Amino acid sequence: MEVSEMQRQFVEYSQSLFREGYLDSQFTQLQQLQDESNPDFVMEVVTLFFEDSERLIRDLTCALDQQIVDFKTVDAHVHQLKGSSSSIGAQRVKNACVEFRNFCEEQNADACRACLQQVNQEYFLVKSKLQTLFTMEQQIVAAGGSIPIMD
Amino acid sequence: MVFLAVAGVFLKPSSVVLSVYARIWVKMSLNCNLFGSDGRFPSNFKLKKVKDQMHGSTGVWKWKGKISTLLLVAIVVGLIWFFYGLSCSLPNAKNKSLFLSNIRNLFSRGHFSFSQHQLSALSGQDGITRSKKPDDHADDSCKSVCFWSEKTCLWLLTMMMAMILRASLLRSEAWSKQHLSLPWRLNPQPQQLQEQQQQLIQYKLPLQAQSQAKSATKWLKKLLFVFVALMLLVSIWLFHHIYQDTALRRKETLANMCDERARMLQDQFNVSLNHVHALAILVSTFHHGKYPSAMDQKTFGEYTERTAFERPLTSGVAYALKVTHSEREQFEKQQGWTIKKMEHGDQTLVQDFDPAKMAPAPIQDEYAPVIFCQRTVAHIVSIDMMSGKEDRDNILRARATGKGVLTSPFKLLKSNHLGVVLTFAVYERDLPPDATPEQRIAATVGYLGASYDLRSLVEKILQQLASKQTIVVNVYDTTNMSAPINMYGSDVVDTGLLHVSSLDFGDPSRKHEMHCRFKHKPPPPWMAIMSAGGLLIISLLIGHIFHAAINRIDKVEEDYRKMMELKARAEAADVAKSQFLATVSHEIRTPMNGVLGMLQMLMDTDLDPDQEDYAKTAHASGKDLISIINEVLDQAKIESGRLELEEVPFDLRAVLDNVVSLFSGKSREKEIELAVYVSGQVPEIIVGDPGRFRQIIANLVGNSVKFTNDKGHIFVSVHLADEVRAPSDMMDEVLKQGLNASKDGSEWNTLSGFPIVDRWKSWAGFKQLSNKDPIEKSEMIKLLVTVEDTGEGIPQDAQRRIFTPFMQADSSTSRHYGGTGIGLSISKCLVDLMGGEIGFMSECGVGSTFSFTAVLMRGELGSHDLKCRIYEESTSELKGLRALVVDKRRVRAEVTRYHLQRLGIFVDIASSLRAACLVVSNNSTTSSSAPLSMVLIDKEVWEREHIIEIRDLLKDAMPNSGTDSFPPPKLFLLATSCSPERNQLKSSHMVDGILTKPLKLSILTGCFHEAFSNGRKRQVNREKPAALGNLLKGKQILVVDDNAVNRKVAEGALKKYGAVVTCVDSGKAAVKKLNPPHNFDACFMDLQMPEMDGFEATRKIRDKEAEFNEKIDSGEVPLETLGNTSPWHTPILAMTADVVQATNEECMKCGMDGYVSKPFEEEQLYSAVACFFELR
Repeated sequence: MEVSEMQRQFVEYSQSLFREGYLDSQFTQLQQLQDESNPDFVMEVVTLFFEDSERLIRDLTCALDQQIVDFKTVDAHVHQLKGSSSSIGAQRVKNACVEFRNFCEEQNADACRACLQQVNQEYFLVKSKLQTLFTMEQQIVAAGGSIPIMD
Repeated sequence: MVFLAVAGVFLKPSSVVLSVYARIWVKMSLNCNLFGSDGRFPSNFKLKKVKDQMHGSTGVWKWKGKISTLLLVAIVVGLIWFFYGLSCSLPNAKNKSLFLSNIRNLFSRGHFSFSQHQLSALSGQDGITRSKKPDDHADDSCKSVCFWSEKTCLWLLTMMMAMILRASLLRSEAWSKQHLSLPWRLNPQPQQLQEQQQQLIQYKLPLQAQSQAKSATKWLKKLLFVFVALMLLVSIWLFHHIYQDTALRRKETLANMCDERARMLQDQFNVSLNHVHALAILVSTFHHGKYPSAMDQKTFGEYTERTAFERPLTSGVAYALKVTHSEREQFEKQQGWTIKKMEHGDQTLVQDFDPAKMAPAPIQDEYAPVIFCQRTVAHIVSIDMMSGKEDRDNILRARATGKGVLTSPFKLLKSNHLGVVLTFAVYERDLPPDATPEQRIAATVGYLGASYDLRSLVEKILQQLASKQTIVVNVYDTTNMSAPINMYGSDVVDTGLLHVSSLDFGDPSRKHEMHCRFKHKPPPPWMAIMSAGGLLIISLLIGHIFHAAINRIDKVEEDYRKMMELKARAEAADVAKSQFLATVSHEIRTPMNGVLGMLQMLMDTDLDPDQEDYAKTAHASGKDLISIINEVLDQAKIESGRLELEEVPFDLRAVLDNVVSLFSGKSREKEIELAVYVSGQVPEIIVGDPGRFRQIIANLVGNSVKFTNDKGHIFVSVHLADEVRAPSDMMDEVLKQGLNASKDGSEWNTLSGFPIVDRWKSWAGFKQLSNKDPIEKSEMIKLLVTVEDTGEGIPQDAQRRIFTPFMQADSSTSRHYGGTGIGLSISKCLVDLMGGEIGFMSECGVGSTFSFTAVLMRGELGSHDLKCRIYEESTSELKGLRALVVDKRRVRAEVTRYHLQRLGIFVDIASSLRAACLVVSNNSTTSSSAPLSMVLIDKEVWEREHIIEIRDLLKDAMPNSGTDSFPPPKLFLLATSCSPERNQLKSSHMVDGILTKPLKLSILTGCFHEAFSNGRKRQVNREKPAALGNLLKGKQILVVDDNAVNRKVAEGALKKYGAVVTCVDSGKAAVKKLNPPHNFDACFMDLQMPEMDGFEATRKIRDKEAEFNEKIDSGEVPLETLGNTSPWHTPILAMTADVVQATNEECMKCGMDGYVSKPFEEEQLYSAVACFFELR
């Protein structure tokens, strides 16, 4: 495949991500932070996000499986998740987290579980999307092209 | 008072007590609040003052309570005394009258008021009375009773005092507790939990107090009941006593009268007895002692008739001769009549009595025929006295004893009267007193008898004595005790009281008694009834009054309790309202933040113009909403007194620039000229609350912008308050303009040429300005800020309520212009907080001018470390330049000059282009001062021809023009808006720059920068990131966040700008890292972290820094090693997703220096950081 074609696809794909609301401007800012001195910045951050999120989701699942749900812990976890997701611009995860926190406040365990499912789903969606994006990026780099800058 | 009462007790102060009594009576009738519950309790609802006053009133209450207690006791004792004195003095008329006169004296003197002096005088007087009294008291028993009662009263007094004091103590305790609870609520604690607890306590305390007060009231009521019962007993006793007394006196009177009568009767009888005895001796002497007899019937009759006055009680006397049977015939012959027998039952009248018809006496051993007799009883001559049984007994006893002997009472012969017969024996010789009865019988020669008519006897005596009407007298012969014979008096009618006196008529074998009775039954004991009744009524009245008073106190207390309850409820409601407002505002702000954020994002996306417009409108509305909510929150805070002003150094001029930039958009839109001016005398740095100061001015300017529609101006000027009083020639130019705003040709001498109201009138009412009080603290300054506009003005009728919250000039205003109408109210509150005054002057159609003063502190230039010095770079190169301002309006020129002077530029002013030409040419010739480097021309004096002329002039005037060292003066146009035409001017190089009004420092510097450094024009857009890079380059920055991703992002962002970033994941770690001395230049701190959140961490860090600074100050740590960063203060910026004001305020409160929103936004980061790092 031509590098330019790959670049075009990359741009289209990332635009679709923004359009569909998986990502927001924060992600763009992250991309802008990446430069020669710090070439894998976005990758690092996102990987960190994945690790962090998976841990949090695991903890959340654990916490919500308890007979008596400690909503304080749950809320703290969700807050963390919300913070991370908003930091990398995973908008839909973040929104799901916002909803999640509302139910935490209401201490509604069932709704929380449903929300966890929702968050989980959103997380895996964004994860796969981002992984695709990174794969494309790597392909472009491997093909010797530069990653187009979006604005 | 206690002493007086006790002294009074010992002085027996019946009159004193009376006067006290009268006074209390009057007082109570006037005012039922005897117990000091004079409605003084919390009439003062100003909570802050309550504390002090409550203590006072509690004291007053206690005092009053004690006095009233003592008064009560005094009344009781006095009453008891009064009536005792009365009852004791009753038997003694003299004493009574003395007592009465005492009382009369007292009242006539009008001693109702009662001073100590009078009291002592009265007690002295009373002492005299008292000392007299014992002499007057004849009655010993009365005395002893008085003494007893005195003791009782003392005892009673002690008991009652103890009881009442206890009760009053209970009450006052309850009160003081209640009041002590008050100061609790005076300090509004920020913690709501505490507040609620307090409220719980507040609810409880009055309840406790109430129960105590209730028990006290119950006590008092019981006491009152006891008192009334006691008084009832006392009155019953009094009644009994007086009644007994009266009865006794009645009895004594009767006894006296009876005895008197008996004695008189006895005396009279004895007198007649003696006479009869004398008569007997006479007969013995002259009839038997002489021979022949010296007397016959005629002489005897005559003699007795003539001496009858000596025997007033006898109806007649007769002499009977002792005749034995053997001598009878001879005697009968000698006398010429036979001895007759006395007939019983013959009741024929004396007039019809014929002795001849009587039967002769039967044969007996002895006879006693009457030979002589008084004429009144002539009918008994010749009757044998021995033949009547009683007469016979009488004769026998008389001759045996030799004394007068009485018969029992019987109906006298021929007169229907009851009488007795007195018989004396006549002996033939004088017998010795110790002669035996036999000798006496043997010596007896005859018998003298006298009949007594008892009825007439007693009646005669009673007539001699008065008060025959009041008593009934009966005389009885009680020789036979079982059957006494009534000798005198009518049938017995029992009238209760009876007195018996024995009578001695000289006959020991006979006993007589006199019975006396009152004719009428005793009258009802009015005196006793009246006194006892009076006492009872008085005590009942007192009881009633006290009962009413207690009830009233009860009611008042109940009301008080209710009021407290309501007050607590109202306060709770107030707290709830504030909480509600705070909560709701917060709750609204949180989602609004989301809305605004989303809108911001939406606007960043690719939108068509319509969509963008909608989004912008929505965004603007959202912002308005947030500002309104903030206003409401402010109002709530002010109302609850929780608003506190900061004391930080700030640059007033920068604040004003800020305000100007806030409204520049709107003012340009409306083509209003907005200008600020700060007098040169106002110090650069002042200490106060910049946020609130800005808020006031922003409020006023906002209003002005809102109400100024057509072209005009809004002018904010700041002066020192003292400048107003300065002489007019020394006065600031702008201030002077306000003084004589005269019409200058067709235009007014104002900023925009429109007429304005008299600015000076707006502060005419300020007290602080009028009174000269120059000796204030030297570091305090008073600013006078005026905001004038050419708006539509405030209608006269609305001017009064303009500072009332939620009030606008009229309801249509809010429809026209929107707004909540609390802006001015908040401003007024803020001004009050700043120790200033606010006022205004407004005229419909002309405009309004608002003025306010504020007391702030003079700040030192160095104290404002954090002052933004971003512009220094650009300003430094402008310093010392000269500028010419061409403006036909003086005030506007002054404003321009003010701004230029801030940059350190010397300014000349020319009123027209022509004048400007003159200045320029003069300048070129003299060139004494610095060369002219810029000319600022207002667009109103802009004329293309003149400009060209000036340009030429300038070029000519500058001999070295064109060289680098002296660049030719630049031309700038001052305009309110950037119209394309003007841009064209610029592009055509007619001018070097256009200054868009409103002027502010950044506009000037930007424009000058552009003009003086031509090459960098296009870099303007990129300047900021570069600036940020410059700012942060090489800085050591600590990022604190528990979220790894956030940490990474923040790190990445900051690294991008060249900062050296260290990350830690908890508040504790941050505190450790920032323990001075350290190398960090700044810290970005997440707020929500487990264990230790950002606020707490910041607080701890600040504490440590304070400690360290102290060490530096005390010289423990050498300053040189640390660089000159004293005092140590690491900038800490909060990272938060929540950028609303509340969080911001909290950040500031715990010592943070600012905040950046998360995720980072470049612009915001820049502005936040710029304050701390100087450009290098």
